[in-house]
Amino acid sequence: MLDLKGYGPALMEGAVVTIELAFLSLAVAIALGLIGASAKLSDNRFAKGAATAYTTLIRGVPDLVMMLLFYYGGQVAVNMLSDYIWETYEIDFFFQFDPFISGVVTIGLIFGAYMTETFRGAFLAVESGQIEAARAYGFTRWHTFRRIMFPQMLRHALPGIGNNWQVLLKTTALVSIIGLTDMVRVAEEAAKAERMPFHFFIPVAFVYLALTAGSELFIKWLDKRANVGVVQGG
Amino acid sequence: MADQAPLICRDIHKTFDQLEVLKGISLETRKGDVVSLIGSSGSGKSTFLRCINLLETPTSGDIIVHGDPIRFTTNRRGERIPADNKQVELIRAKLSMVFQSFNLWSHMTVLENIIEAPVNVLKVPKKEAIERAEAYLNKVGIYERKDYYPAQMSGGQQQRAAIARALAMEPEVMLFDEPTSALDPELVGEVLRVMQGLAEEGRTMIVVTHEMAFARDVSSQVLFLHQGVIEEQGTPEKVFDNPDSERMKQFLAPNF
Repeated sequence: MLDLKGYGPALMEGAVVTIELAFLSLAVAIALGLIGASAKLSDNRFAKGAATAYTTLIRGVPDLVMMLLFYYGGQVAVNMLSDYIWETYEIDFFFQFDPFISGVVTIGLIFGAYMTETFRGAFLAVESGQIEAARAYGFTRWHTFRRIMFPQMLRHALPGIGNNWQVLLKTTALVSIIGLTDMVRVAEEAAKAERMPFHFFIPVAFVYLALTAGSELFIKWLDKRANVGVVQGG
Repeated sequence: MADQAPLICRDIHKTFDQLEVLKGISLETRKGDVVSLIGSSGSGKSTFLRCINLLETPTSGDIIVHGDPIRFTTNRRGERIPADNKQVELIRAKLSMVFQSFNLWSHMTVLENIIEAPVNVLKVPKKEAIERAEAYLNKVGIYERKDYYPAQMSGGQQQRAAIARALAMEPEVMLFDEPTSALDPELVGEVLRVMQGLAEEGRTMIVVTHEMAFARDVSSQVLFLHQGVIEEQGTPEKVFDNPDSERMKQFLAPNF
């Protein structure tokens, strides 16, 4: 049996942090992606511009730089805002930038930009006749979105979502540098203390591998469900 | 009023950018009318049909569905738009459309396609909607395909399913936009037979078509459109056998 030199429980806790971080970031990314894609496809010039600025900015800056900027820069910004509010309104307003929250926000923001592009392409791939039929039968906009647009878009989006999710899962390792005790950070400390890098990093690598392999199976299953009604091959 | 006209269109104009596609089309239907809109491609007949249920907004002119005139307003860019989306949704539910390329929702089975709008738009209880759907599937002759997905059926079967979807709305008027143009020649007949059956039942239908035999034998009124105006209008006998317009004569010539 693998001897983790007493670091087992800490590594377990770290793995839980990694998973929580990944799922919460995914939720933020999907929400931002849907909003971003809707904005890019809308007729509103301001919404379009804002969404384009968002994706251009995020996709052009390294993830690591973004994370450092948010974590350290975010705290400075909160401090400045807090001072300003105190001086102007004499209201005590302050909060500490939690590394977990800033991790979720940063990763969510980064992958929200990729999801925006994924969803935008998927929305455009829905045949216009499908939407037209919904309009012609008196569907409201929301009903058209929920019953026709969204399920049909999903089958075009799923491969992209799957890709983004795998990259996102691995990107969570970056949060160890802003002080969050995820699985990678625990392993790093253990490896340094015990001078046994293989001993700690290889199990961590396997945990990531198991997570990505498991999600690949799940996405395949989802994909099959989303593609109901599509005749394969032919 | 007992016998209110199901649909009246007055002086419909439609302009896309600079191009005037419809230059004043009027149409009045009585209950049970079958109106065929014929004409060459680009004559404006499909655009006119799409104006009726507001898939396109007419640049000017009135549309009155069963005594209820559609209200319009102007947006910030000075374009004419429907004033009340609720009214548009209500009116669309009364005018169900059959499309050239069927447009059945591909992620739903035939039965799900047919009950979707009755359940969610007309608020028919689901059980009743299913019974109704099954009756209409029987009528169009594809009851045994009710659990198929559209992609698993032939074009003719898909179009018949689309007709059942339109019937399930129990509409005032059925709009057909070239319902047989996307079909293989050997599948055209099965769809036309279903449509002829509906006409005989006294359903009010407006049909954009290239099927001259259908227009001649089934319609009560024929409109021949050319470059956005009605060139010839009247009973099939009048339009086909005794047309006044030179265009109509030319249009018919290759058929003989």
